[in-house]
Amino acid sequence: MQDIEELKTELMDQVAGAADVAALEEVRVSALGKKGRITQLMKGLGALGPDERKAAGQAFNALKDEIAAAIDGRKDGLAGAELDRRLLEERADITLSPRPEPEGRVHPISQTIDEVVAILGEMGFRVAEGPDIEDDWHNFTALNIPADHPARQEHDTFYMPGGGSDDEAERMVLRTHTSPVQIRSMTNSEPPFRVIAPGRTYRCDYDATHSPMFHQVEGLWIDERTHMGHLKGCLIEFCRAFFGVDDLPVRFRASYFPFTEPSAEVDIGCTRDGGEFRIGHGDDWLEILGCGMVNPKVLDNCGIDSGKYQGFAFGMGVERLAMLKYGIPDLRTFYESDLRWLKHYGFRALDVPGMVGGLAP
Amino acid sequence: MKFTLGWLKEHLETDAPLEKILDRLTMVGLEVEQVTDRAKGLETFVTAKVIEARPHPDADRLRVCRVFNGSEEIELVCGAPNARTDMIGVFAASGAYIPGTGITLKPTEIRGITSNGMLLSEREMNLSDDHDGIVDLPEDTPIGVPAVGIMGLDDPIIEIAITPNRGDCLGVRGIARDLAAAGLGRLKSITTEPVPGAYESPIGVTLDFPEDMRGACPYFAGRHFRGITNGESPKWLKDKLLAIGLRPISALVDITNLMTFDLGRPLHVFDATKLAGGLTLRPGAAGDTFLALNDREYEADGEMTVIADSNGADALGGVIGGTRTGCDESTTEVFLESAYFDPVRTAATGRRLNLMTDARYRFERGVDPAFLIDGIEIATRLIMDICGGEPSVPVMSGREPTWQRTIPFDPNRVASLGGVSIAGEEIVRILGTLGFAVTEAAAGRLDVSVPSWRGDVVGEACLVEEVIRIHGYDKIAVVVPPRDHALPEPALDAVKRRRSVARRTLAARGLIEAVTYSFMPSPDAEHFGGVSPAMRLINPISSDLDVMRPSILPNLIRAAGRNADRGQSDARLFEVGPQYAGDTPDDQSMVAAGIRVGANHDRHWAAAPRAHDVFDAKADAVAVLAALGVATDRLQTVAEAPAWYHPGRSGVLRQGPKNIIAAFGEINPRVLQAMDIAGPVAAFEVFVDALPAPKAKRGAARPYLTLEALHPVNRDFAFIVDAGVAAETLLAAARNSDKAMIAAANLFDLYEGENLGAGKKSLAINVVIQPADKTLTDAEIDAIADKVVAGVAKATGGSLRG
Repeated sequence: MQDIEELKTELMDQVAGAADVAALEEVRVSALGKKGRITQLMKGLGALGPDERKAAGQAFNALKDEIAAAIDGRKDGLAGAELDRRLLEERADITLSPRPEPEGRVHPISQTIDEVVAILGEMGFRVAEGPDIEDDWHNFTALNIPADHPARQEHDTFYMPGGGSDDEAERMVLRTHTSPVQIRSMTNSEPPFRVIAPGRTYRCDYDATHSPMFHQVEGLWIDERTHMGHLKGCLIEFCRAFFGVDDLPVRFRASYFPFTEPSAEVDIGCTRDGGEFRIGHGDDWLEILGCGMVNPKVLDNCGIDSGKYQGFAFGMGVERLAMLKYGIPDLRTFYESDLRWLKHYGFRALDVPGMVGGLAP
Repeated sequence: MKFTLGWLKEHLETDAPLEKILDRLTMVGLEVEQVTDRAKGLETFVTAKVIEARPHPDADRLRVCRVFNGSEEIELVCGAPNARTDMIGVFAASGAYIPGTGITLKPTEIRGITSNGMLLSEREMNLSDDHDGIVDLPEDTPIGVPAVGIMGLDDPIIEIAITPNRGDCLGVRGIARDLAAAGLGRLKSITTEPVPGAYESPIGVTLDFPEDMRGACPYFAGRHFRGITNGESPKWLKDKLLAIGLRPISALVDITNLMTFDLGRPLHVFDATKLAGGLTLRPGAAGDTFLALNDREYEADGEMTVIADSNGADALGGVIGGTRTGCDESTTEVFLESAYFDPVRTAATGRRLNLMTDARYRFERGVDPAFLIDGIEIATRLIMDICGGEPSVPVMSGREPTWQRTIPFDPNRVASLGGVSIAGEEIVRILGTLGFAVTEAAAGRLDVSVPSWRGDVVGEACLVEEVIRIHGYDKIAVVVPPRDHALPEPALDAVKRRRSVARRTLAARGLIEAVTYSFMPSPDAEHFGGVSPAMRLINPISSDLDVMRPSILPNLIRAAGRNADRGQSDARLFEVGPQYAGDTPDDQSMVAAGIRVGANHDRHWAAAPRAHDVFDAKADAVAVLAALGVATDRLQTVAEAPAWYHPGRSGVLRQGPKNIIAAFGEINPRVLQAMDIAGPVAAFEVFVDALPAPKAKRGAARPYLTLEALHPVNRDFAFIVDAGVAAETLLAAARNSDKAMIAAANLFDLYEGENLGAGKKSLAINVVIQPADKTLTDAEIDAIADKVVAGVAKATGGSLRG
């Protein structure tokens, strides 16, 4: 039995001394392999007497188990160390940039229209649309802007050749405002109406504050009872929600549009203190949109009984809203498609405005 | 419209402060655009008398002045040629800031004499460019008082915007009337008492219009004056005109300008000695050419109203007069015209001649048709006061156009339309002050007669507006509009939502949205199918924006070109917007179009960039269609893209045999060359409106999902086919060879090499076999594989690669 203790010590030393998995395997083969030393000892048991054989067998088995366990233990240790070494070698410079994934953008005009629709949709308005190339009747006459009216001259209209140039009523124009969509909505269906119409509009004018193409959102609310108090309520709520200022001062003052009577222009409060422009409480006002009660003549023109129905309409410039809310300084840059501008002022694809998730990212 | 506060107060008796007046102006609809306080920065300057001006002992051009400023005597050195003993000027003391020069005065020694202040020129006061001499005030000017008051500079200039309906506020009196109604004071009365005529006018007036043009000038009043002197206007008149930016010309002309801006009554003065015979108002005729007072020559046509004597036309009625019969300093006899000209015709005349004048501006907005005679009488007094002489009996022709109008008015409409309850008496007061005559009609209703100067007020809604704008929109209580339902229906219907889905799908794929003009240069349009004549703007803003776009792509390609010029040659741009095939509503359609130019990304340590190609464009198009709910695996891909695409590297996606819903490909290099754009450019156009309208859904439920329990089996095949065989044909054949068992077939390798032989290629595909209820045996799998080989061979003529 002395031999066994010595053998055990020797093998244990070899296991502990194995420097790597390969050396440990050699130790295993030399101890437990077919010709290994413990295997040889087991094979020699047959030459012993029954009692001796039993005792020796037990001792050899215990030795075998102990060595095998030691080898397994040592193996785990060596494997862990080896993994540690490999992990160390696999270290990456985590300051390197990840593989490129191009980022898209949504244009501020689209985003602003989505915001306006999100707010007004909450009030029950539904989106309607009409063509950019309009006939004179829808763009002017039906809206109570007769030919030669001074208001028509202020529109700087683009004219198209179609529609028979002799007859002004059928002459085609690029719509100068989104108001003709009011007419299309009212002539195509029955009141009550709650309609908004975002879209492209055109005026023959180009300078720092005018673009030959721009965008408006038109609003129309017609039923039997709606009056100017409702108009104020609707637009005050809109302005406060859009600009995200709960107590935003909103002012209505008298104005003139041929298609509304009474008419109003709407200002919001702002300040230019210290040369910095800010929307909210302040000592100054900023014009933001035009509105009024739909002129009974317009209702009549659309075949709607102006003795029974009444309501309001409003129109606002999308670019102006975007410029004010997002601090975009120059109107003309909206259409230049400068990638630097689009990346800077554009919005991420998933920044979908909503009254639940929020209007602005 | 400009006026001064003092001018306003000639018509409005008020003690309201300026701020309040400005606020009310804006609130009643006369929006204040600018207020100029000319006195600002001049407040410390006082009138001072030069006690003695003597030559400077050491300088020829300088004078040494002893000046009395009301409290003390000061010595100063002055270089002005007009400085003289006993004159009264404007004195600035040491320490004062001189706005015209930007200098702060301090005691200065000038050639041995200390100068302790300054006598100012108009330029130094920032009033004009006049620097010929110092301000020279009248002898009777008090000494030692603020100069701004003496010089009439303490009267702020107010500029307001007048909406096109308010012709009555193109005279100061109309503005005063609105303010009086708004509670800011009382409208003063004006004297219109007739001045008796001393003689019959030697000049008669004939209105000579055909029946259909009678309205061109229905009414004309005139008056002859003799023995007048047309010199310079008095200071008060010149100051008034100067304050609102008008140049004084001569007393007679200045009086007509005063009448225009004070009372909104345009007048014209003819030098009566230059008129041959009487005046005739008639349609323009051939040869009616005259040199107008703006030194331009105009030719009248038959649609215009001319004023002629026997020598021909020399004025366009309501627009401008002529030089041949105009007044100058030598005028001693004058014929004054006060007429009513048709607004529409006046506007059309001015537009056709591209001529805007103060007269046209008023006539086209409608002047008071009942104020012709009053206008003549008021002007008569002014002429006699300033120019002397005596007037004739007035000459009249035609008759006052009918303007009388009574509107039945239910005062309850103020609340039911205007949203604010106003007491009946207040409604009557407001309308009355504005000049409306209000009488009681039956059952609480009113009859409201509109004054002659308010042609814009035509119905009940107009009266509601008059009442509530004067009462104040700020007094209308805010009512939050009630909801029809607790939860609104979606604002966008399914068709309109597509634009938004397409937009955000493309942005999510890394494309950047642009918004470009709906117009484009016609040469660009030619490369993209061209446009019909109906798409050419008659009056484009510039020659390179002359047609409506037949496609969005040229605008995006141009945008990429501009970005490349700025050093950004890689671009991924898209736009969701309209394109136009004609000028009817149905010709306009929504398109989601995009381009990818240059490399797919910048150089990167871990990923090599590659050039964008047709398959990037195809992926974009398919992604948009998939997002819009199109079953993209059932689309046909056909190499039939329009000519602006590369003929070999482009295609269209079709639903069924006819409906093209997208085009994609690389842009034809010829087109890029013509547009001078570096390529290649991969592009796509998804015709969003070409998709069929979504069917009304039975519900939101998806079909039942069957999850197979057994593993699918993958088998790879490589076929050699003719180079012209479409991969899609081969894949479809493989899929269809055993529809029950084959779940998918995908291409994973394409090889073209010489070893395959000319005109051949190898397509390697992976076929996924999905067992349904039992594991397949090798023999069963082989049988399916044989069907695949046979199916592909039949459809493509291809064979397994050896």
